[in-house]
Amino acid sequence: MEQQNQQTGISENRSSSNQENTTPSPIAAALQREHPEWIGEVVEALGETTITVLREHIVAVCSFLKTAPGLEFNFLADLCGFDRGPEEEPRFEVNYHLFSTTKSHRVRLKVLVNEDDAHVPSVTSVWRTANWHERETYDLFGVIFDDHPDLRRILLPDDWQGHALRKDFPLRGYEPYSLE
Amino acid sequence: MSALAAQVPPLNKELMSTSVVNIPPQFEVVDRPLDTQMTISMGPQHPSTHGVLRLELVLDGESVVKATPDIGYLHTGMEKLFEYRKYQQGIVITDRMDYLNPLGNNLAYVMAVEKLLQIEIPERAQVIRVLMCELQRIASHLVWLGTHALDIGAMTVFFYAFREREKILNLIEAASGGRLTPSYFRIGGLMMDIPAGFERRTKQFIDDFPHAVGEFHKLITGNRIFQKRTQGVGYISAEDAIDWGLSGPSLRGSGVTLDIRRANPYCGYEKYDFEIPTEPDCDVWARYMVRMREMVESHKIVQQALSRLAPGPVKADAPKVVLPDREAMKTHMDALIHHFLIVAEGFDVPAGEVYLPIEASKGELGVYIKSTGGPKPARVHFRGPSFVNLSALPHMSRGAMVADIVAIIGSLDIVLGEIDR
Amino acid sequence: MKMGLETVIAESLPEVLVAPLDALINWARKSSLWPATFGLACCAIEMMNATSGRNDLARFGSEVFRATPRQADVMIVSGRVSRKMAPVLRRIYDQMPEPKWVISMGACATSGGVFDNYAIVQGVDKIVPVDVYIPGCPPRPEMLIHAVMMLQDKIMKESTRDRKDKPDEESREALTPGTLPVTDGSTLRQPETMEPKPYTIASRHEKRRSF
Repeated sequence: MEQQNQQTGISENRSSSNQENTTPSPIAAALQREHPEWIGEVVEALGETTITVLREHIVAVCSFLKTAPGLEFNFLADLCGFDRGPEEEPRFEVNYHLFSTTKSHRVRLKVLVNEDDAHVPSVTSVWRTANWHERETYDLFGVIFDDHPDLRRILLPDDWQGHALRKDFPLRGYEPYSLE
Repeated sequence: MSALAAQVPPLNKELMSTSVVNIPPQFEVVDRPLDTQMTISMGPQHPSTHGVLRLELVLDGESVVKATPDIGYLHTGMEKLFEYRKYQQGIVITDRMDYLNPLGNNLAYVMAVEKLLQIEIPERAQVIRVLMCELQRIASHLVWLGTHALDIGAMTVFFYAFREREKILNLIEAASGGRLTPSYFRIGGLMMDIPAGFERRTKQFIDDFPHAVGEFHKLITGNRIFQKRTQGVGYISAEDAIDWGLSGPSLRGSGVTLDIRRANPYCGYEKYDFEIPTEPDCDVWARYMVRMREMVESHKIVQQALSRLAPGPVKADAPKVVLPDREAMKTHMDALIHHFLIVAEGFDVPAGEVYLPIEASKGELGVYIKSTGGPKPARVHFRGPSFVNLSALPHMSRGAMVADIVAIIGSLDIVLGEIDR
Repeated sequence: MKMGLETVIAESLPEVLVAPLDALINWARKSSLWPATFGLACCAIEMMNATSGRNDLARFGSEVFRATPRQADVMIVSGRVSRKMAPVLRRIYDQMPEPKWVISMGACATSGGVFDNYAIVQGVDKIVPVDVYIPGCPPRPEMLIHAVMMLQDKIMKESTRDRKDKPDEESREALTPGTLPVTDGSTLRQPETMEPKPYTIASRHEKRRSF
């Protein structure tokens, strides 16, 4: 990810309130200080911090970020998946968007998953809201979350075959009367 | 065989073949002869579920033992559609998501793409965006008020609220051409400037609105039946609310003062003077009062936005992204070429990912756009606030009765278009 | 059209009204069309707008929106019908007693609308027989009122013999809910000469005599 200089000048729609609180890099710095073996890669672009985490450590990272003083990420805003394409390796990404209600800062965690071993530990023990988000990611991508209390389809019908948001799932589906 | 157990058909395990783990025990039907509990399905066609929501209620008489939402009856595959459309074409799809707050959806998507492109929006466009979004917030809360009161039994408020909403829909239609699906914002500004007479009509609406709010309060706020049905119902504490991911008025009804317009300001909101209504009671009544007060706050913001309107451009100065004016397109060659390229081929967005949250009328609406270069996005994900708010329903409905479930769903203000996308 | 019998009765018994039975029954049916609430998505909000103060649908006979299909006459399918919802739609339609009509409101109910993908049924007439289609996304409330008026004109031209409420063996044999033919791609492996499976069984309204 690179920052681009447009002719129109660079400006962000968001006001720079992030700078009065902790700026994004201290989050990564705090994590680096305490547990450098958990972090894969840190990218800072467009005012957002993205930390790639190895999937074995995701629950530990999330618990640390939730309880550490100064970070206090007590709100899981979003958990979504992304399919890079059938030829990419690793194929799936799972993004965790964290927010702190007390400090008003945000961070994104990313876990990369292979296709043939699409298992990620579930973070429902850290935030209960991850329950439905992980069900949706399983439903649409096929990423299986270990230790999830109730992993079943949520949006597509129960007897649906396939995972709809994968790049090799056709837009119109597999019905015989589709125009494909 | 108890008669009750015979009525509930056994689960067809072959149909649920895609379940990875064993089916949890609470979903198995076991013959318990002395069981007084009955599992019924409320919805998807039901007058008070605010859309096609299905609740599996385990009832013991009238009290609810367990309420589990079953969603997906309006799943439209919008997130997959985005990947097959250019960025500008995706704006019309966002209208249909939270169809009571379409301008909010538009704003979130458009601002996220602008952040990826790093375009600066002119001042007049920002003010009009705030103005339209706050009008839309009032309209969304009016629908909430009408349907919530209708579910609880007060039918008159429905007609009064929709009467006010018609005025707002007329304003939005005058500006954009669509009542319910305006698609008014574009990447780089607005579709076009507000028409003549818009400010005068908005001012007229603003002057009439406080009287209407007074009417609503006179109709139901003092009503003992309404109070008894909403106070003490649907309790969720502040820590549980944050843990379950509640946001927006549902969270502010639990005493947490969190508003994305203050926490992560966008679109110039830090320059406006408004309060964040919060109530400490954590029940349906608190959320009702929060939304009523929010309507007044939005009304204040609309007044300030009107006074802040100054002449200027409404589209950003980015000829490769923003469509030129029709007159310029018809007379200048480079504008014509840009118009053709933008419409036919789209503009390339640099690779990157962005998550942009805004304060929609239901809560934190977050857009996650991932771009790998090219004119079409690689992934667009909408974090719908109603999706997360509804997941807290089983927690909130412990100890409730069936009638309370209706009140709780109304207080969460869910829109199935946003939940199922 | 005055036949000899009518003039005789009109002269001798002026308080007796003579009219064709079909006209009377159809007039009664069209003047009190009670819709079943089947609001699905955005068009449902425009339907609610059509019932509220400014555009009042109750003027045209739709006094109440019945929540239960057993007491409803017309089903206004407003909004996009997803694959998961389609068996529910069919079931609600089957639960309505005769005479019943269907108005397909909006582009998504008529033809799938903007959403031409795996999740949306491309037109609700693949599931239920539709009498009036309304275009628009969403259609204005005035368009819904116009559609109700068109349906009323259509009802006046019907014959009462078409709408007997017999038990419908075909409805009983209709696919059980939840078993829509969502396939695993096995149809792709079958030979190309397979003719497309009918989405549902043709209702007896297709065999109606008069229009």
